[in-house]
Amino acid sequence: MKEFESFEVPQPSKVNYINAQYGLKSWLLTKDHKRIALLYLGSITFFFFIGGLYAMMIRLELLTPQGDLLQSTTYNKVFTQHGIIMVFFFLIPSIPATLGNFLVPMMIGAKDLAFPRINLLSWYIYMAGGLITIYALLAGGVDTGWTFYTPFSTTFSNSYVVAAGLGIFVNGFSSILTGLNFIVTIHTMRAPGMTWFRLPLFIWSHYATSLVMILGTPVIAITILLLAFERVARVGIFDPALGGDPILFQHLFWFYSHPAVYIMVLPSMGVVSELIANFSRKNIFGYKFVAFSSLAIAVFGFLVWGHHLFVTSQSVYAGMIFSFLSFAVAIPSAVKVFNWTATLYKSSISFDTPMLYALGFIGLFTVGGMTGLFLAALAVDVHLSDTYFVVAHFHYIMVGGALMGYLGGLHYWWPKISGRMYPEGWGRFSALVIFVGFNLTFLPQFVAGFMGMPRRYHAYPPEFQVFNVLSSAGASILGFGMLIPAIYFVWSMRYGKVAEANPWHLPGLEWRTQSPPLTENFDTTPIVTWEAYEFAPPSETEIVGKFAGELV
Amino acid sequence: MQSWVPFVPDSASTMSWKVDAVYFYLSGVTLFFTLLISAILVFFVIRYRRRTPYEIPRPIAGSHKLETLWTVIPFLISMTIFGWAAKVYFDQSSPPKNAMEVYVVGKQWMWKIQHSTGQREINELHVPIGKKIKLIMTTEDVIHDFFVPAFRVKSDVVPGKYTTLWFEATKTGKFDFYCAEYCGMNHSGMIGSVVVMESREFDNWLSGNTSNTTPAVAGQQLFQTLGCVSCHGATGEGGRGPALNGLFGRETQLVGGQKITADEAYIRESILNPQAQLVDGFGPIMPTFQGQISEDQLVQLLAYIKSLQANSPQQSAPASSPAAATKPSPAPAAK
Repeated sequence: MKEFESFEVPQPSKVNYINAQYGLKSWLLTKDHKRIALLYLGSITFFFFIGGLYAMMIRLELLTPQGDLLQSTTYNKVFTQHGIIMVFFFLIPSIPATLGNFLVPMMIGAKDLAFPRINLLSWYIYMAGGLITIYALLAGGVDTGWTFYTPFSTTFSNSYVVAAGLGIFVNGFSSILTGLNFIVTIHTMRAPGMTWFRLPLFIWSHYATSLVMILGTPVIAITILLLAFERVARVGIFDPALGGDPILFQHLFWFYSHPAVYIMVLPSMGVVSELIANFSRKNIFGYKFVAFSSLAIAVFGFLVWGHHLFVTSQSVYAGMIFSFLSFAVAIPSAVKVFNWTATLYKSSISFDTPMLYALGFIGLFTVGGMTGLFLAALAVDVHLSDTYFVVAHFHYIMVGGALMGYLGGLHYWWPKISGRMYPEGWGRFSALVIFVGFNLTFLPQFVAGFMGMPRRYHAYPPEFQVFNVLSSAGASILGFGMLIPAIYFVWSMRYGKVAEANPWHLPGLEWRTQSPPLTENFDTTPIVTWEAYEFAPPSETEIVGKFAGELV
Repeated sequence: MQSWVPFVPDSASTMSWKVDAVYFYLSGVTLFFTLLISAILVFFVIRYRRRTPYEIPRPIAGSHKLETLWTVIPFLISMTIFGWAAKVYFDQSSPPKNAMEVYVVGKQWMWKIQHSTGQREINELHVPIGKKIKLIMTTEDVIHDFFVPAFRVKSDVVPGKYTTLWFEATKTGKFDFYCAEYCGMNHSGMIGSVVVMESREFDNWLSGNTSNTTPAVAGQQLFQTLGCVSCHGATGEGGRGPALNGLFGRETQLVGGQKITADEAYIRESILNPQAQLVDGFGPIMPTFQGQISEDQLVQLLAYIKSLQANSPQQSAPASSPAAATKPSPAPAAK
């Protein structure tokens, strides 16, 4: 082992992006990617809070088998709105729009994103979509499920389907603009010396995510438009009574909504790559494999939507092809997990809060990914589809995966974003509480699903109660765990220890400027002469194990 | 509902153990890899914890051999799962030809069931043990889904078309079925039970239940009142319209040369939208019945047309001899 040399950091100036300008106008009209990231951070936290409240209502209702707390119409709206808010207004924008916005330019050594005005526009579009959706909720709510299946949504539902759909439609454009901005920025604005294979893996995963955003989001926009058309103008597209095909909607919906899962989880994988490498002071094992597996996931992700339709009377042979492709898309994810694990070999692991989230992510994402195989396996999916097994599986991916990565990343970059440290003890404690609460909430749901409990049930047969009581107990622990960081992040902005430029002693570009950074990020354009995660010079590279010989 | 094995639902059909076998194989693979990854993580995290604050480990570039190994092995394992599950799925999706047919119509928020012998039930389905049952299902409104956990079978019930589901019960008793596709306000109340009976009891149940007209006979009456007879003939022998005798299951040549096997979906479409697939040699003269007849009536017409195999509107009884129809309970030992 070698001793540590500090990385060069310039003398901090008193001016930074937060105090460079004052006043509401300076925030609402800002073109600084870091300020826009903070605007996003505030707004997605708001939506996360609403989505969380709905989750609590669901878990309270399901504490007993009878539908006694909420009426069935209310319950149906609650789980629908939980899904819409969490998927479209929290999970999809969460990492890209906050951490991605803040860090993509900083990590490649750029002053800002390629299109700062479009970046601001995307936040306004997001807010417009969000406010339209909030209007739909306040006006009376939606009860179609976040999946909007036809003909229920077009003909039978008496709720604010078009308003909620419009909110999602509008919001989609903010996704597209963010994706566009990232792709152009990564292509054209890398600092001198920052070659593609020197990019941090966070950038690779955001590049892959942006591809999915640009190629997938227009399809959901078209789908919602068609849905609104049929609902308002009675043009027969999906409703068989009007000459339409209800299964066509599911094909279109999942053509976007399955890749959307990768919009949620790919950025999180990028965060985890950063955390694993940086908190073990080791370069990522098989860097190129991890980088290209992100692209593989983005591409294969578009070819598996039909696995949501195994029991809809889709052709048996189509089912087999989609099943095969779904197994194939699992492989690049597995490759990532193995490479992260191998990175830890002979490394120097610290147990700071971000690393706890990263380790938690690997465990939970493994469970989420492996249970995905159950649903890709045709015969087993016939039994498990539309049961709580599915609910448990996608929460392991979306909460265990996407949310853990988001929280880990937020802790990791908090000193850079806010210029203050969060309280480490509380951080570790809450990470532990969240991990325990999460597993207690969702592990029992796998069993309930296998036992046959269908999802979206307001009341359920009493033999399923034990699983639901465990789940609700877990949810209350999870909810408590989430409140702790919400409190200490706000607290730390004023009372936290002042952060150094490079509190974790890391080589990444974002750590080679002051905390919080200048408005233009760097004093002078950095010139990159090092590889990603280069803690020690390449001459020291060790060739290990009996598989040695070839270097990647 | 729980079987004697903890955390495993009751198994009551020939499909149950086939699905469970794949499920347990998958569970084994999942458990193995989750424990493997966790064990390695825990070991590394303890073994390679940071001991001095400024230590820097030597970098390791990676290994093509390892990458190949952990790409190929998971892929091969996943292909065994894929193949096995696909094979069972093929069985699930192919109803046997000689199965006893039951018509199911879903509507918000109830299940209407009619046996081919005429008995009607709501939210209950009586079936004999050891007999292959095929449900022919559709819905009057939104998408529903017929799900019997104990049988490990499930199929969406889609408006505008027929979907099928088949099973063979291996245990007598009551088994819950659920609507598994969210269908609106009272979705969670759209449940019922399959009552599996010994063959003799089932025959008693059939005779004890005043059998109204069978769907085929009701269909024959509709065939008269709707005026189908004027073109298709009083007993389906044909005329200005194509003959319907022996139509079901037969290959038919369409205008344009395409050939199609007349199944439930084709007959349904020909009633609702006759111009879509015209039989070769006939003009587009039939009016559409879209919106004129209910799903129940469609099912009856379908049953009548299916019964026209031997120039007779009467269907043969579902089981000539209950004893002969009862198979020995299949032992799920072989794989």
